[in-house]
Amino acid sequence: MAESKQVVLRTEHLKSFYILDMQGTQKVVKAVNDVNLEIYENEIYSIAGESGCGKTTLLKTLFNEIVPPQRLVDGKLYYRINSEEVDVTTFSAEEKRKLRMEYISYIPQGSMSVFNPVIKIKGTYEDFIGSHVEVKNRDEIFAIARERIQELGLPKNVLDVYPHQLSGGMRQRVTIALASSLNPQIMIGDEPTTALDVVVQRGVIQMLKDIQKKLKNTIIMVTHDMGVHANIADRIGIMYAGKIVEEAPTEKIFDMPLHPYTQFLINSLPKFGDKTMRESVPGSPPSLADLPTGCPFHPRCPHVKDICREKMPETIKVDAEHKVACWLVEEEFNG
Amino acid sequence: MDKLLEANNLTKRFSQGNVISRAILTAVDNINFYIKPAEIFTLAGESGCGKTTTAKMILGFEEVTSGQLLRNGEPQTDKEKAWITEGVQAIFQDPFSTFNPMRRVDAYFHETVYNFKLAKTKKDAIDWIDQKLQLVGLTYQDVAGKYPSEFSGGQLQRISIARALLTDPKLIIADEPVSMVDASLRMSIVNLFKQLRDELGVSILYITHDLATAYYVSDRIAIMFRGKIVEMGSVEDVLMNPRHPYSKLLRDSIPQADPNLRWDSRVTLAELEHEEYSRKGCRFAGRCPEVMDICKTVVPPDVRIDDVFVHCHLYEELEEA
Ligand SMILES: Nc1ncnc2c1ncn2[C@@H]1O[C@H](COP(=O)(O)OP(=O)(O)OP(=O)(O)O)[C@@H](O)[C@H]1O
Ligand SMILES: Nc1ncnc2c1ncn2[C@@H]1O[C@H](COP(=O)(O)OP(=O)(O)OP(=O)(O)O)[C@@H](O)[C@H]1O
Ligand code: SF4
Ligand SMILES: [Mg+2]
Ligand SMILES: [Mg+2]
Repeated sequence: MAESKQVVLRTEHLKSFYILDMQGTQKVVKAVNDVNLEIYENEIYSIAGESGCGKTTLLKTLFNEIVPPQRLVDGKLYYRINSEEVDVTTFSAEEKRKLRMEYISYIPQGSMSVFNPVIKIKGTYEDFIGSHVEVKNRDEIFAIARERIQELGLPKNVLDVYPHQLSGGMRQRVTIALASSLNPQIMIGDEPTTALDVVVQRGVIQMLKDIQKKLKNTIIMVTHDMGVHANIADRIGIMYAGKIVEEAPTEKIFDMPLHPYTQFLINSLPKFGDKTMRESVPGSPPSLADLPTGCPFHPRCPHVKDICREKMPETIKVDAEHKVACWLVEEEFNG
Repeated sequence: MDKLLEANNLTKRFSQGNVISRAILTAVDNINFYIKPAEIFTLAGESGCGKTTTAKMILGFEEVTSGQLLRNGEPQTDKEKAWITEGVQAIFQDPFSTFNPMRRVDAYFHETVYNFKLAKTKKDAIDWIDQKLQLVGLTYQDVAGKYPSEFSGGQLQRISIARALLTDPKLIIADEPVSMVDASLRMSIVNLFKQLRDELGVSILYITHDLATAYYVSDRIAIMFRGKIVEMGSVEDVLMNPRHPYSKLLRDSIPQADPNLRWDSRVTLAELEHEEYSRKGCRFAGRCPEVMDICKTVVPPDVRIDDVFVHCHLYEELEEA
């Protein structure tokens, strides 16, 4: 591609582990293990991968919210703030807090946890937005909130009810509306459409796309539904055992998946009118506390070779936009 | 025909006293269905359409307002325990709320083994637990001594399925069991359901919004909308040739795993669900692309077309006497 896109978030060799003390012995869960990302302005980047591969941990790390036993072990995380790239890992708690909502916001997995069950939705809005907006005036806060809620086609009176009075889908839409209230540069969504029925999911995808178009910002999201990826993402990163093993624009991931794991992901999807047995990826995911040597996919890979068991493949660029970490591809490509 | 479970005019009303409404909400409205032995029956439909309420009534967690539930032709005694011991087990949507964060996961397994006297010795207990865990791709080693926070959502869900399998149930009520599980594991779990049905004769009430896996795994399906079953029949009939406009909308809303098939039209979502629940005629009338005048005022008839049940005015002339 000729036009160069502005990078809004960048990581260098990001490593974030859970370090647990198990009766004196240390257990290290390598949930984010050497991740290099460049996320652009004005795009939807989505991350796919098996349960437990580290997606939520990666999002928390990108959000710069790391709570023990999670630790940032190595690497850098840069945000582009006011046209300047800054390493935010060194920020103080207060500096981090300031960025939240205004620069970067987070929609957690299972939106239930966002709301305090005993206060009205309004109260949650007040807590989140109130500490950021300079005005002392509550009315102004709610004017902002109401405007966004209406723009997104939600009923005005949702602010006046308690969380349990809303359906899961409505609650999720309110969470997303809340996360977008202060027009953040980056919105992070952890499975924002999972657990919703398909019609509501379609509405939520539509809503996320609307917000992204309106704000021209960046959405980084995680979902394990490949159908959702196909519908929403500009680019997709495939995560396996704490690493991004393949990355490409959406069309390429679906039309020309190169990593054996990605190929399984795409081919295992059930299709209407076809009841033939679909095989899921053989074997089970490795323990992130006890990773195999070499390529972490090698124990399950049908194409495994000697070198796969010994050395982790480098991430190579198949073309300007398509990256893969696999010995098979490496050899084909580098001869 | 043998019916493992039968629901006759099953109804649940809630009184909701709150700011938006001070009214009675009929969450489940006169529904009829049955589940045969060794059958996977899917209940699908929008958020808040009454799926979980139906499941809770079957499990005895929620009282039935009117109507009847029969188990092997016998009325349900509405004692939750009686059902569980008769081999009904449940798997819920949110695995995080299934387990107490302060309690070790293996304790739940040992408790069930103890309560149901499934093993005589500690070693037998561990073997039994390990065998069930292996069905979901885990081992006893993986869970021993661990707390729920040490697992991801998907891992916890597999653990709760293994736990439900401990008592060798005849019927499993699975409420959104795969909604928090990734695509490849999702397939391994629905393949597991198939295997339980085919090899052990277990029936499953599969509550889901994932119509692709519903098609793949189930024998029959009921589509629910705002408390009513609007279409019911074999998955072939209902999903390959949907007749009710809501079933059609559902079908079209499944995201296709093909970036060339992105949606080009927009959907309208419901306002607060109460408004639809309290609609006089057809509850889908406010959003139905094929709405007619009669739909707004008159409750649609229940029509049988071949082996499919449809609740819609469009098929009126076909109504059987
Ligand atoms: N607080 C914690 N302490 C210890 N280990 C943890 C903790 N949270 C997560 N883990 C482990 O880290 C790994 C990655 O977890 P993470 O939640 O990031 O996975 P995920 O890809 O988001 O999975 P899912 O799709 O199931 O949500 C898992 O093996 C999990 O067991
Ligand atoms: N205890 C309760 N008191 C009052 N209303 C309730 C109660 N439980 C459920 N409802 C209402 O009954 C309706 C049906 O809820 P139910 O949980 O059965 O839906 P569902 O189909 O399982 O939805 P989802 O897909 O979101 O899980 C909803 O409008 C809900 O708000
Ligand atoms: S590096 Fe080797 S083991 Fe890993 S995915 Fe490629 S071929 Fe398979
Ligand atoms: Mg997660
Ligand atoms: Mg439910």
